[in-house]
Amino acid sequence: MFEAIAFYLFAFLTIAMFYITVTTSQALYALTALAAGMIFISAFFFILGADFLGAIQIVVYSGAVMALYAFGMMFFDTTRDVKEKHGNKLIISGLSILTAVLVVVIFAAPLVSSNIEAFYPMTEGVGNTQDVGMVLFTKYLVPFEVAAVMLLVAMISGIVLAGKKMDLSLTLMDEATIAEEKARRDEENKKVLS
Amino acid sequence: MEIGLNHYLVLSTILFAIGLVGVMRRKNLLMLFFATEILLNSVNISFAAISHHYGDLTGQMFAFFVIAIAASEVAVGLGLLILWHKRHGNIDLDQMSTMKG
Amino acid sequence: MEFYLYLALFAPLAGSLFAALFGASKKTMIAGVLPSLLLFTSFVSSTILLVYILGGGEPIHVEMMTWMATGDLYIPFGFVVDQVSVTMMMVVTVVSTIVHVYSIGYMDHDKAFNRFFAWLSAFVFSMMVLVMSDNFAGLFIGWEGVGLCSWALIGFWYHKESATWAANEAFIMNRIADLGMLIGIFLVYWNTGTLQYNEAFAIMPSLESDVLVWMGIFLFIGAMGKSAQFPLHTWLADAMEGPTPVSALIHAATMVTAGVYLVVRANPLYDLIPNVGIFIASLGAFVALFAASMALVNRDMKRIIAYSTLSQLGYMFVAAGLGAYWVALFHLMAHAFFKALLFLGAGNVMHAMHDELDPFKMGGLKTTMKWTFIMMTVASVALAGIYPLAGFFSKDLILEVAMIEHHYIIYSVLLFTAGLTAFYSFRLVALIFHGEERYKLFGVHPHEAYKFMLIAMAPLLILAVIAGSFKMTYFEMVTAVLPATEYHIHSALTYWIMTIGTQLFVILAIAFAYKKYANSAVSVPDGTSKMENRLCYKILKNQYYIPYFFEEYLVRPYRELSTIFWKQVDLKIVDATVDGIANVIYVTGDKTRGMQSGNLSTMLKWMVIGLVAMLSLAVVFGLAVRHADDIKMILSGLGVQ
Repeated sequence: MFEAIAFYLFAFLTIAMFYITVTTSQALYALTALAAGMIFISAFFFILGADFLGAIQIVVYSGAVMALYAFGMMFFDTTRDVKEKHGNKLIISGLSILTAVLVVVIFAAPLVSSNIEAFYPMTEGVGNTQDVGMVLFTKYLVPFEVAAVMLLVAMISGIVLAGKKMDLSLTLMDEATIAEEKARRDEENKKVLS
Repeated sequence: MEIGLNHYLVLSTILFAIGLVGVMRRKNLLMLFFATEILLNSVNISFAAISHHYGDLTGQMFAFFVIAIAASEVAVGLGLLILWHKRHGNIDLDQMSTMKG
Repeated sequence: MEFYLYLALFAPLAGSLFAALFGASKKTMIAGVLPSLLLFTSFVSSTILLVYILGGGEPIHVEMMTWMATGDLYIPFGFVVDQVSVTMMMVVTVVSTIVHVYSIGYMDHDKAFNRFFAWLSAFVFSMMVLVMSDNFAGLFIGWEGVGLCSWALIGFWYHKESATWAANEAFIMNRIADLGMLIGIFLVYWNTGTLQYNEAFAIMPSLESDVLVWMGIFLFIGAMGKSAQFPLHTWLADAMEGPTPVSALIHAATMVTAGVYLVVRANPLYDLIPNVGIFIASLGAFVALFAASMALVNRDMKRIIAYSTLSQLGYMFVAAGLGAYWVALFHLMAHAFFKALLFLGAGNVMHAMHDELDPFKMGGLKTTMKWTFIMMTVASVALAGIYPLAGFFSKDLILEVAMIEHHYIIYSVLLFTAGLTAFYSFRLVALIFHGEERYKLFGVHPHEAYKFMLIAMAPLLILAVIAGSFKMTYFEMVTAVLPATEYHIHSALTYWIMTIGTQLFVILAIAFAYKKYANSAVSVPDGTSKMENRLCYKILKNQYYIPYFFEEYLVRPYRELSTIFWKQVDLKIVDATVDGIANVIYVTGDKTRGMQSGNLSTMLKWMVIGLVAMLSLAVVFGLAVRHADDIKMILSGLGVQ
């Protein structure tokens, strides 16, 4: 009973939050609603007994990702409305729903009907976090390491992309501008060296 | 009233649809990123639900990796976004027409 | 003996290939001399084979290699030298050797000297394949080969519009006939299961007569085309556009007799269907008269001789049709000699007169061209059939055959034609060599041909004179394979009346021709004389309006029909379909260009639409695979396999 009430409550909240995210014209509203939605989703994880996943969800999404977006937004002139030219709502909604249903049908429906035997069954009498840790560091060690490398690469690329001078494109400049730029940079370097 | 796998799948479907609507409707690139986050999260819910349904941890593992991917996507994506904004002064999807044939 | 067979067959091919090497370069004497020498080798080999066969040797039958072997069909490249083919080989090699040597002189000043020899030797090779093959397929290859070479040689001077036209006419007319030939060959294979002569002919007596009649008719249609029988005769006269040695070799002595050879070769078939034989004989007699009548008034030296060839071919078909195959072959041989001689003589005259063909513009040439005069006179005498020259033996024999077989109408037609033959031959001789020297009006200075050309012609002269004396030897030889019917008039009195009567008739015709054309009163006709305005003269002059009829009632409607098909069917249906397909693609591309707006938002939408389409397909196919058994059951219930 409690589970049902919780599910419906959070389901309503999540949908509402995400709906706001998608429809509002204020970037700040959208960001806030998204963060709230992420936290509400973690509630489902707790209900489903995936405590660790829920914790990660809050930490990574609401903490890291949302903070990243918040900082990102500071770069942009968010007060200036991006002119939103909405297309046909019916078509867009129809297409979206159709796609979602199809994806679920294809990927989830076979799971519902068939009897799948668990590869890595949950261990009795052990907490979820311990359980996850045991599987993650044994069977999924290599993917885990690869994911770590991927995050490193993403971090470096993030720094490099957002760093200095990346807004100059040599391919889009003509010869004269490139020469000028080069001369200017040499001058700067000289200054630094002296 | 028992909450089963189907409930979660339906919820996941609804969230996925909302995410897709966002992807198609928004012209603000930042909003597009938000919408993709919604898509990823809707998938995460179904992973967790199926994992719970079978008593198998594989689903949760996948959810972890999805979160990792989402995080790196945000990092790289925001970097590119900032770069674009620096060069063009806007992040309007309709203004990006360098791919016009 | 097999060695000589291969030598006789392939020496001309080697010569042709050798000359072809120099095809595009300037005149090289070797390109003419070597093929001639190789042909002489071929001639010597043929002679050795002839001696061997005459000495009672077994026919030589070789199978060089397998050509086609699929299922029941087995066609080898097989060659046979028996009494019939050795006769043809002799005729072909003798005449072609002489013509080759003659051509070295005749084509002396021609730019395409080397090309000429390449084609001429290729022709001889094809002709040898035709006569030596032991099956219908090989015969057909040779048949097409000679057709091709004939086309190339008629149109040898391709810069002349009329020459290319004549070449194409000959080629196309022959194709029409070859279709008949091909159908005939198919019928033979269909009903006997083989194309080998001896095997097919062994099975034929057991077939139904209807089938045999159709076989005979279709094969004869092929023969009609090659031998230029009515109504496919017009090409032969036009083929005279080619160089004169070509006319002598191809359009008098060898290729045009291929039709006769085919009928002779297929004698077991034609023996089974006497009605078709009667038809062939009647057509032959008709053509003999028909062609001779056209020759009476023509004013083109080469065309007169061409019509004469046509007329003589008619004689041969009469003999073949009446079952006297050996007589047909004998006349073929004799005719080849004197007709080639006549043509080569005409070539000499042409050279002397700078390609003037109208005999009315010559006259009195006997003083300047003594040897040519003698040769052409002898050839004409032989053609007219005066004792003791070749024509007498062979042509009178055909008359006797017609008499003995009780075909009196054919006999009288042939007799009358013999008179016409004598008349037009000597009209030609008289106009060229006798009378006043009319050429002086045109400022021509005639000269005799090269010595070696005259010497090359000498063997033909000798053969034209003495060929008749081989009659009995020849008879004994060929009757080993051909029906040995001796034709003797029962009563000696009738025989003598007939022979002497014919001779007198012919001599009268000659005398008349001389009287009319050998005097000084002959002048160049200008279309005003009384005779030229007569109706019958006009009909003959216009070749019975047959070319006109072809042009008006066959070629023109065909052209109009083609135009209609081009405008209505080709443009409106075929082209429209193709253009329509192209247009659909073009318009689709044009309309869908909008998709590539470069707008990322639109692209995202398209991406989602594509995703939906793909996913739907995945669902449909996934379900179909899962429920394959049920679907099959439903489909079989609906009657779908």
